[in-house]
Amino acid sequence: MNHDQARYGDDERYESLLSEKDSTEIDIETDADSPLPDDLTRDSVELPSLSEPEVTRHYTRLSQMNWSVETGPYPLGSCTMKYNPTFAEDVAADPNGAVHPDRSEESLQGTLEVLYHLQDYLARIGGMDAVTLQPPAGAAGEFTGILVAKAYHESRDDDRSEVIVPASAHGTNFASAAMAGYDVVELPSGDDGRVDLEALEAAVSEDTAALMLTNPNTVGLFERDIEEIAEIVHDAGGLLYYDGANLNALLGRARPGDMGFDVMHYNVHKTFATPHGGGGPGAGPVGVTEELAQFLPSPRVRERSGAYELYDPERTIGKVHGYQGNWLVLVKAYAYIARLGDAGLEDASAKAVLNANYLAERLDCEIPYEPFHHEFAATAGERDAADVAKHMLDHGVHPPTTKWPEFVPEAMLTEPTEAETIDSLNDLADAFNAAFAADSEALESAPSKTTARRIDQADAARNPQLSWQALEPSEE
Amino acid sequence: MSRRRHEDADGSPYAPHSPDETAAMLDEVGVESEAELFDVPDDVRFEGELGIEPRNERELRSEIAATLAKNDDLTEFLGRDHHTHYVPSVVDGLSERAEFLTSYTQYQPEVTQGFLQALFEYQSLLVELTGLPVANCSMYDAATALGEAARLAGRVRAASGTTVLVPEILHENKRAVLENYVDGSDLSIDTYPMDDGNVDVDALAERADEETVMIHVENPTVRGTIEEHLSAVGRVADDVEALFCLGTDVVALGLLEEPAGVGADVVVGEADALGLPTAYGMGLGLFATRESFLRQVPGRLVGASEDETGRRAYTLTLQTREQHIRKERATSNICTNQAWVALRTAMHLSLLGPDGLVDLASECVREAEALSDRLSALEGLSAPVHDRHHFREFLVRTDRPAPAIAGELETEGFAVHAVDEHRLQVCVTEVNAGKTDELVAAFEEVL
Repeated sequence: MNHDQARYGDDERYESLLSEKDSTEIDIETDADSPLPDDLTRDSVELPSLSEPEVTRHYTRLSQMNWSVETGPYPLGSCTMKYNPTFAEDVAADPNGAVHPDRSEESLQGTLEVLYHLQDYLARIGGMDAVTLQPPAGAAGEFTGILVAKAYHESRDDDRSEVIVPASAHGTNFASAAMAGYDVVELPSGDDGRVDLEALEAAVSEDTAALMLTNPNTVGLFERDIEEIAEIVHDAGGLLYYDGANLNALLGRARPGDMGFDVMHYNVHKTFATPHGGGGPGAGPVGVTEELAQFLPSPRVRERSGAYELYDPERTIGKVHGYQGNWLVLVKAYAYIARLGDAGLEDASAKAVLNANYLAERLDCEIPYEPFHHEFAATAGERDAADVAKHMLDHGVHPPTTKWPEFVPEAMLTEPTEAETIDSLNDLADAFNAAFAADSEALESAPSKTTARRIDQADAARNPQLSWQALEPSEE
Repeated sequence: MSRRRHEDADGSPYAPHSPDETAAMLDEVGVESEAELFDVPDDVRFEGELGIEPRNERELRSEIAATLAKNDDLTEFLGRDHHTHYVPSVVDGLSERAEFLTSYTQYQPEVTQGFLQALFEYQSLLVELTGLPVANCSMYDAATALGEAARLAGRVRAASGTTVLVPEILHENKRAVLENYVDGSDLSIDTYPMDDGNVDVDALAERADEETVMIHVENPTVRGTIEEHLSAVGRVADDVEALFCLGTDVVALGLLEEPAGVGADVVVGEADALGLPTAYGMGLGLFATRESFLRQVPGRLVGASEDETGRRAYTLTLQTREQHIRKERATSNICTNQAWVALRTAMHLSLLGPDGLVDLASECVREAEALSDRLSALEGLSAPVHDRHHFREFLVRTDRPAPAIAGELETEGFAVHAVDEHRLQVCVTEVNAGKTDELVAAFEEVL
């Protein structure tokens, strides 16, 4: 597909910084009418001083120099960039929902009712008994879930020091376990791309607090031995943690709770279509079994004789967010789930898996691990996956996640989601195949149709300039 | 091959496959049905019903609107780490442009320059306001930013200490989050006393020793008092080689002492005081620090570089600190952050400009003082409890039990926070300043 991204600016830059458009210094003592004694105030403030029309034009131009899922395909593997329904924005903007969390429960029955139903929906979808909505992102959900596992073991006077994580897991799994104070034991991938049961047997011990797993795994394969895996972990006294990043493959068809998982998080900006906003906010609700519900963060929402109330679980781990998490995200997730219902959720997964399989069928490259579900890891083979990705940018599509997972050489982890039509999948396949057919010169000189040409990322790290104040004088 | 779905059709309205297309795709893949594509063993296949009834868009919007309408219509005079300022309409209009709202983290910088520049500008605005040279492009909220600051202090500590000192009046939720953030480390939390709503510097100096890795101070405090001893706190922290962590918010930064000027090593707090309306506690965590801690900073950073044409371009940088590269040795587990809220905050700050920000911050001081005086004039109330300057909020001592007064005010249509048996906390900004006459009248009614 032909594509030229917007490109403003001049020979030096693509759009002037706010600070290049204006910089005005206000001296607090002389220019401002400060109500405070001087020793309690700063001396001055220097900021851009621009009119609303100028600010509007600035950000509108920036928006035009930005790719989004409403612009075109965004098949980042593991990220589930599906269409974000607009009506959910209107639902979230309801002024009756714009309330302060310190208000009394009696005065917030509407808010609590929405949260209560969302807890219930998520529990049904995950096959879990209890859900907290507090974690503000998937990684925060992992951290919460591992703290819950830790509290569980501590409640049994069971001192465990390790969390097992497959080598192919999301980086957050390792980091979240480490943040909770655990040593991370890395589990090598089996030859078939799945968990190697023998390696797992060897890894578990009386020190195992939990195994963190995503299913389908990070190359889209279902861990067919999940029941045996659960048995091995449970026999060793550990808990099984489900990373919800890939839940979009299984809606209504299989549930983590039924597979033997004790704790899970949901990525609502993936599975439940809340917009990712260029990096967040997300929300990472955590579901647990009945036995673990007593450890969930406080407060949770429950219904008592027709009224909704907040309560602290009996042996709560405390809090993982200053208040109750990302309300504006949670309410959009609720709207999405309620819009789709059983049949819609199941269809979303069915079409996500169909789209991945259809796209894969049309690619001129090897896909080492099958049968995959909602995503697959193609390999760029002799080519550099990063170069292939840059070349794809010139074809009106966003490339997949590159060079991850690491055990697939030059991986291109691709997740088209259910939102793509057959036509856009064909465009996507054409973009892949054009890159696979290109010579190395064409690959290395791409992209050319994007706002910026290839960016020197190594230099950015060697010579950090992290603010306009830090820009080298030549660029002023 | 019409793709339009009838409202009552089974399936996701956002999966745009006509039956013919589905059939063609299945054929290409070489299977009879979608079910064949699922390699899920029978034993773990879910055959039941989730029991979630689908609704069409129109039904659902009115249903959720009706549910949220069950919230009482109260005028809120509430603060405590979640503050409300008027957000100009244009912030909604611009930030909700789909190119911003529906984009992902900027893994391909060439095609996401717009958002990267906006985040670079956000970082720069915070650098200006804090005086510290490094600001990340967001944490979840003020509480988790504080947790990350403590963990940073643990990583960069000069001595072998393990104690994080926090004020005795820290927001209880923030304290609870901090406890979880240090739970997996060797750090522990201790408190230092306050003196009439400010740091008791002598007591702090006595408490701080070689065991101390970080001293956290807030300005304004959770009670709304403006801290008068920041430089002295900075000296105490220097004496024991502890990190000086200053908690604040993005509006207060426009007027109160500049953090770098009083020796702060890390600044955390609420950046969502601008850009985000009241959102049931959703936040935007501000995090800024010194250059020397750059490689230990949690979260994402945007840096400037050049593209092949020599033009300035932006990219996520120093990613070797982060979880997707460094795994269990990452500075933090954070991945998805609050980028879109940061975008909104930068927009709001751009619209205010320096004079608008200083005026807004000044109003926070004046309105609090004015309302405090009016309430104190009422029989049975005295305010402010602390003999300090205040920012937005203040404590009111009540003769009658404070929770009862708060409950009665609620029936009059107002929400204020009961801190304990005889103290209320009242928060006023430009958003509710026009309702102070009614609030005072309601107080008169219930006292």
